[in-house]
Amino acid sequence: MKDNQGPLWEVFIQKKSGQPYVHCGSLHAFDKEMAIQNARDLYTRRSEGNALWVVLSSAIVASSPEDAGAFFEPANDKVYRHPTFYQIPEGVKYI
Amino acid sequence: MDKQKTLFHYLLRLGDSGLILSQRLSEWTSQGPFLEEDLALTNIALDILGRSKSLLAYACQIEDKGRTEDDLAFFRGERDFYNLLLTEHPNGDYAQTIVRQYLLDEYELLLYQHLSNCPDPTISGISSKAIKEITYHLRHTSKWMERFGKGTEESHKRVQQGIDSLWRFTGDLFDADDIDAQMQKEKIAPDLSELKASWLQKVKEVFERSDLKMPESVFMLSGSRKAVHTEHLGFLLAEMQHLPRMYPQAKW
Repeated sequence: MKDNQGPLWEVFIQKKSGQPYVHCGSLHAFDKEMAIQNARDLYTRRSEGNALWVVLSSAIVASSPEDAGAFFEPANDKVYRHPTFYQIPEGVKYI
Repeated sequence: MDKQKTLFHYLLRLGDSGLILSQRLSEWTSQGPFLEEDLALTNIALDILGRSKSLLAYACQIEDKGRTEDDLAFFRGERDFYNLLLTEHPNGDYAQTIVRQYLLDEYELLLYQHLSNCPDPTISGISSKAIKEITYHLRHTSKWMERFGKGTEESHKRVQQGIDSLWRFTGDLFDADDIDAQMQKEKIAPDLSELKASWLQKVKEVFERSDLKMPESVFMLSGSRKAVHTEHLGFLLAEMQHLPRMYPQAKW
């Protein structure tokens, strides 16, 4: 079947202002306006958030699974990079 | 007609239009052109149904005969429905559905903006909520008008056909009678001739932006104010009312 649903877009929702946008899924749309409207209809109908981003999936640069070793394993034995050795001031959230 | 009956009747017009339109839109469920649009349109249908439910429930309260909104929806015949003729017109292709919805969105936005300032707190409450929903519906449908109008030769042809076949039902939107006049006197209903002028202006803008032609000197059908309908309403009601009429006590 011919794919006539438009390109794929990725959707990110922000729950409350100040919080990060979190990826929640993808959708099809032909243009930006349609993409943001479809995102609203598909992903925010049950009060999931207050702001949306949509990005063309083709615009996302992703690491490939073969790179996982070279990219991420060197971090495994460097625990000193975690902030667990520091006292975190009271009231600081989202760390 | 006394005040109470007039208000009841006016609420039936508002409520019935929403009920019948949402039933029509719901026919697209799982048949939409693609998944996202299928959801968007049925989401619009659900907004309209919700508003209509509140309006019909208020009508029952005004009537004060112990009927519920379900009784009004499922146990009235064709000649007791006061929905606008445009709302009962079959969906046709997707372009025609969008045209019907677009024309009604422009109309409803102006209507409910007016109603949201009326002295009846229930009507103004329902209307204020409706404005936000309709603003979104209009954004959706006016964009589609533009996409179809300026899209391919085929999409342009189809949306123009939709306009040409539905235009004759637009006179019915503004066909004021005694009840409208009475409700206008009570500062509830808008002046429909003023509303028509604003509506035409808005529609003209979108048509121009979308390279679409507004039909000229078309014979206008009317009848919704007198519950005189096109041949389509009976079939719609038969489908919508079938289950509760077969099994009046059914719960789901």
